[in-house]
Amino acid sequence: MESKVVGSNDNLLSGVTRRDFMKFCTAAAATMGLPLSAVPQIAEAVTSPKRPPVIWLSGQECTGCVESLLRSGHPDIVTLIFDLISLEYSETLNVGAGHQAEAFRAKSIEENKGKFILVVDGAIPVKDKGIYCMVAGKPVLDILLETAPLAAAVISIGSCAAWGGVAAASPNPTGATPVHEILKGKGIPVVNIPGCPPNPYNFLTTVIHFLTFNKLPALDDKGRPKFAYSRLIHENCERRPHFDAGRFAEEFGDTGHRQGFCLYKLGCKGPETYNNCSTLAFNDSPGCWPVATGSPCFGCSEEHVGFNSPLFSKAKVIFPTPPAQQVKAVPEKGGGAKNFAYGVAGAAIGAAAVALAKRGGKED
Amino acid sequence: MAINRRDFLKFSAGTGLMLTAGATPGMAVHAPQLGKDTVGILYDSTLCIGCKSCMVNCKIANSEPGGALYHKETAGKIPFEYPDKDKIYDAPDGLSDKSLCVIKAYRHEDKTKPGDEGSLTFSFIKQHCLHCTHPACVSVCPVAALQKNKDTGIVTYNKNKCFGCRYCQIACPFGIPSYEWEKASPSVVKCQLCNHRYAQGKYSACCEFCPTGASIFGRVEDLQAEAKRRLALKPGETYAYPVKRVDGKERTEKVVATYVDHVYGLDEAGGTQYLFLAGVSFDKLGFNPKITKDVYPDYTWDYVSHVPILIGTLLVAGTALRTVTQKLEKKKNDAGKGDAS
Repeated sequence: MESKVVGSNDNLLSGVTRRDFMKFCTAAAATMGLPLSAVPQIAEAVTSPKRPPVIWLSGQECTGCVESLLRSGHPDIVTLIFDLISLEYSETLNVGAGHQAEAFRAKSIEENKGKFILVVDGAIPVKDKGIYCMVAGKPVLDILLETAPLAAAVISIGSCAAWGGVAAASPNPTGATPVHEILKGKGIPVVNIPGCPPNPYNFLTTVIHFLTFNKLPALDDKGRPKFAYSRLIHENCERRPHFDAGRFAEEFGDTGHRQGFCLYKLGCKGPETYNNCSTLAFNDSPGCWPVATGSPCFGCSEEHVGFNSPLFSKAKVIFPTPPAQQVKAVPEKGGGAKNFAYGVAGAAIGAAAVALAKRGGKED
Repeated sequence: MAINRRDFLKFSAGTGLMLTAGATPGMAVHAPQLGKDTVGILYDSTLCIGCKSCMVNCKIANSEPGGALYHKETAGKIPFEYPDKDKIYDAPDGLSDKSLCVIKAYRHEDKTKPGDEGSLTFSFIKQHCLHCTHPACVSVCPVAALQKNKDTGIVTYNKNKCFGCRYCQIACPFGIPSYEWEKASPSVVKCQLCNHRYAQGKYSACCEFCPTGASIFGRVEDLQAEAKRRLALKPGETYAYPVKRVDGKERTEKVVATYVDHVYGLDEAGGTQYLFLAGVSFDKLGFNPKITKDVYPDYTWDYVSHVPILIGTLLVAGTALRTVTQKLEKKKNDAGKGDAS
């Protein structure tokens, strides 16, 4: 008798339809802000038989970033790790374990020197020579320092890897340090994909950009890809019209909160957090991100905000922009001459009418 | 007894002297100086994020009984101004009979700078009654409908006294008072610093609901000190700005922005109880540069101060004249009758 489990697995592994595949390529191009002409190029890159090897290291982390990646829809994790990339090592997804896994990692690094992508999630403890996070009897700090120089690029996924995150929150007993600080001055390109967890598409799109163009996407001064982190959440927030109209939830559960008013006064960090949460839905489900569910953004992806500033303290609005219809402080001038002309014309018509009436009167 | 010509002229000369010797001009209005309990608002434009929380809550608070927007006929309704048919967005064009407080924006685009963020400058400005120390509106009100409270200094309005001359609208240098043109029995509308809430132990709604501390309420002396303290700060420093009330415990830390070295309202129009700080020049924020330190009631006091005496004199003179002419006429009539008989 045929096993149902095997059957369903077969179905999963049978790959995607052409239609779904092209949809994915178009979505990836759109996320990066690339023209449609880039879609065939992306398709070619992601179907090329040579899948780029990826080594995924984990430091002080909660596996949330991997969990979020597991729930992506286009491509799903199966397509990602079997068709797009070659995931050589990941503590969460490894088939093998123990010495077998470690041996394979060493082998893979040796074989793919200078070609593999190194993904790191979790902060790296540096206090006491990094003994607070050990993998296979070795501090993860040492593993990172050995592996990173051999990688083509390093991607720090999640706020812990990018900024230190929850592990580096005060008083930071383990000396948790972000990856880019450890690799500073070594000439290794580090991409930060902050978030707790980050939107998996921000990560996937970075990977696909690397596959397609063989280089990293444009980064800002903090090493974040510009396609995802160049705008404040506040700028495109679905509750922004309420902010502009002065309608705020004053406390949890009040009338304004129930009506979906702006959450700024409840401590929403949207006005100081750069991310694309408000425009790119998590898990392909619009309306499931914190602000949409009525919980103020806590700034997870912003350095010095998430895990640093108090949850319900009011955010510093980085760039206050008035809406287009806001009344101007000094009204625009220039209508005066026009109005005067109308007035003169009106007076002339009136005078003519009076004159005509008088003449008519005389004739009678 | 008849008044002879001589007596009449004497009387006229006397009243003429009285007219010219009227009260010494310009001094009497100076009496109300800043008292201990004088309250006001400090608005710091560099802290304002343009959320309009003040505008919305001003309307809500003043639509309550006692508020400046409260009318018996429309009790319970908030006078929102909707520009569109869908009635979604309360967007007044400026101060009106339905809006006591308005946030306006100054925007400037520097085309020499690249990028869309670096080239734009924004600043907000909150506009409502400034509650002058020497209010021009009060000085011109013929029926004392507008009055300045001796303790709090709040310029209040009593619609039962007002007879609709709208002198206050013309007199106010800041163009604040609005008039209910659409109503059959209209009143003048302006901010009364939430006087009705002050009586309940609360304070101005615009300050209570300001999330950033851009508008703070307090005693004017404290506010003046706070404003001067802020001007002394260096840009880039961190300062714990008071929120809601200048004397309250709630504070928010923020990096100090560059201020224009001026506290608007310290001397303008003889001083106001609503003070402003800003990061761009006040002319750009819509303040009339023609407004100087001159006290507005001083301009009119020379004339207005004579009005009671003038009216009294005219009454007396008129009565006297009438008496004289009446008697003369009677005499004439009597003489005529005598001739006829």
